[in-house]
Amino acid sequence: MDLNFTDEERAFREEARGFFRTEVPESVRHKARDGEHLTKDEIVSTQRILNARGWATVNWPVEWGGQPWSPVQVYLYQDEMQQAHVPPPIGFNVTMVGPVIAQFGNEEQKRRFLPRAANADDFWCQGFSEPGSGSDLASLRTRAERKGDKYIVNGQKIWTTLAQYADWIFCLVRTDPAAKKQEGISFLLIDMKTPGITVRPIITIDGGREVNEVFLDNVEVPAENLVGQENKGWDYAKFLLGNERTGIARVGASKAKVARIKELAALEHVGDRPLIEDPRFREKLAAVEIELKALEMTQLRVVADERKREKGKPNPASSILKLKGSVIQQQLTELLMDVVGPYVMPFQRESDGRNEPVIGPDYATEAAPIYFNYRKVSIYGGSNEIQRNIVAKAILGL
Amino acid sequence: MDFDLTDEQRLLKDSVDRLIADQYQFEQRKKYLAEPDGWSRNAWKQYAELGLLGLPFEEKYGGFGGGPVETMIVMEAFGRGLVLEPYFATVILGGGLLRRAGTQVQQQALIPEIAQGKLKLAFAHVERQSRYDLADVATTARQDGAVWVLDGSKSIVLHGDCADRLLVTARVSGDRRDRMGIGLFLVDPSAAGVTRRGYPTQDGLRAAEVTLSGVRIPAGDALGDAGGALPAIEHVVDEAIAALCAEAVGTMQAMHDTTLEYLKTRQQFGRPIGQFQVLQHRSVDMLVALEQARSMAMFAAVMAAEEDATERRRAMAAAKVQIGRSGKHIGQEAIQLHGGIGMTMEYKVGHYFKRMTMIDVLFGDADAHLATLARLGGLFGNARAA
Repeated sequence: MDLNFTDEERAFREEARGFFRTEVPESVRHKARDGEHLTKDEIVSTQRILNARGWATVNWPVEWGGQPWSPVQVYLYQDEMQQAHVPPPIGFNVTMVGPVIAQFGNEEQKRRFLPRAANADDFWCQGFSEPGSGSDLASLRTRAERKGDKYIVNGQKIWTTLAQYADWIFCLVRTDPAAKKQEGISFLLIDMKTPGITVRPIITIDGGREVNEVFLDNVEVPAENLVGQENKGWDYAKFLLGNERTGIARVGASKAKVARIKELAALEHVGDRPLIEDPRFREKLAAVEIELKALEMTQLRVVADERKREKGKPNPASSILKLKGSVIQQQLTELLMDVVGPYVMPFQRESDGRNEPVIGPDYATEAAPIYFNYRKVSIYGGSNEIQRNIVAKAILGL
Repeated sequence: MDFDLTDEQRLLKDSVDRLIADQYQFEQRKKYLAEPDGWSRNAWKQYAELGLLGLPFEEKYGGFGGGPVETMIVMEAFGRGLVLEPYFATVILGGGLLRRAGTQVQQQALIPEIAQGKLKLAFAHVERQSRYDLADVATTARQDGAVWVLDGSKSIVLHGDCADRLLVTARVSGDRRDRMGIGLFLVDPSAAGVTRRGYPTQDGLRAAEVTLSGVRIPAGDALGDAGGALPAIEHVVDEAIAALCAEAVGTMQAMHDTTLEYLKTRQQFGRPIGQFQVLQHRSVDMLVALEQARSMAMFAAVMAAEEDATERRRAMAAAKVQIGRSGKHIGQEAIQLHGGIGMTMEYKVGHYFKRMTMIDVLFGDADAHLATLARLGGLFGNARAA
């Protein structure tokens, strides 16, 4: 047991740190740090900087632009990217649809979609959830009927993140209503410009527009946009959801949040001393730091174990990464609120026209919106209750 | 970076695990508890034969040159078995103090005896007022010609009742809580002026109250630099905390396993109670607490050898908080999910819970360590944190 990184791994960390902090503009990283919404152009241009180095799609097969990295290197890459507040490559492109196409798509689909997804030439969004299908995703009802060389799609998707930016949507659709619910689902790629698609914004409690409803009304989709086999879509969806096992803990991002909280708590005063010197505040923060350190170690155990494990067999410890990682992220947003104090109150988001000059310290602006927004973290990607169901069944055998 | 054990460590783990599985079933442990010492002399002999009693010591003294990872392996197995013998008191604490503060002469004389199972030690340090402050020592040592004269009272001396020698802290100079002026002395419990009163602790282990009244100690029985012993004591206590974390993980694992087994077999309302979602979710939260604790026990093991005392302190404080909190959660839930049977002395889960609860208060409970870590500025964003 040796928990030190090798010289090569340390050198790689330095390389990654240098790259992220010099090549990605500071203005973008500071916006990301402060929780401000990034423009589409900022997201896309950041991904192109990464892609130019081959660092946008590190988890893809090497022949399609992936990196032949060890799990430790992937971890270090993520950790440094998150600590530098670099907006990650578009998840829908890079960790979701890309790996599915690379694994299950045909050659034509790979050539057509993968390079463009890697370079953010196409911006993808995800059409999984429906109004009646949240945790019970397999009950989805959006219907795709085969008519000649087309599918005719009718239905509604919801919680579609950044659909307003998207060029394409990958959808789970029902192709066989008679089959058992998991067995009648297909994985379909749909051009967002197709007639019959309507995107309606959903404003979330933080005041931001991150998610949308997507209505599909007699949308004609070429049959060649089916990924893999008809009615096997549920398998591909499971592959997709299990694909990202360690990044979901977002340890690097939480470490960066801790550092930021410490910086800001040194600026805020309680009486005549900085908040950071208040023993109660320090204990609250230290308690979260301990959980975060334990999670980091757990993540490293999963990473180290990955190279020995058959593909598709998750380490039992990986199950806790999302459960614990989500709660830690939420606790840190609460601590940031504590730091800012009364200046969490003014609502100054861009959708209402940003207050200029801002009221209170500029770092206070987003504290409450981030806190409200991060309630999502224990809901999306399978709520924490669903995660517990999965662990109880798959790991504890209950 | 890797979490793998070496071949030697794997062999060690196999043999200790087998020993515990063969010799430390719950019913066997009950018999050991009923022996005159409250533990098994026969088991002690076997530990010596397996090399466990010499594990952390240098080979030239009959040891095996093991480090914190080897100790972690043994202690985790001991935690699973709820081992009663004075291993922690003798090898981890007493042996650790000899290793870090003893003179070469003392090491040569005593360490081989420990390794052979002929010498049991106890660390007589806690006093009525000291709580978790290692520098709070009121017992005094004054020089009288070629001897030291010790006066004071020591409390909750782990396995102090059976120890062949006591390692006693006493103040050579300075005020009660000064960091400087603390000495460490080897005391023969049969020496004039020493009295001790043994008793069981809540977890079935043993401890003693020790009083020292004008006890005369030859100068050669002072460990190392009389008056400057605190840094060595702190390092040994940090190693001891890492060892306790490993023991706690074994204990938590046993509680989790036992509870899971119970959920699968106990039938109510016509089905195993593990089919109820509310119990499934609570069981998952126990697993989460266990894995977080295991991660921090590993972190503690790796950091136990760190020479930078502040970095080591941060790590041990963090680990002890995690262990304390995870242990309390898992222990309380294990009892609750068992229902009435979990409340009984005849069932094993309550014994795990009791040991776990005592581990929390050994060398600082979760609150005390959280305060320490907060004072040191936390774990992240400091000079050496990644």
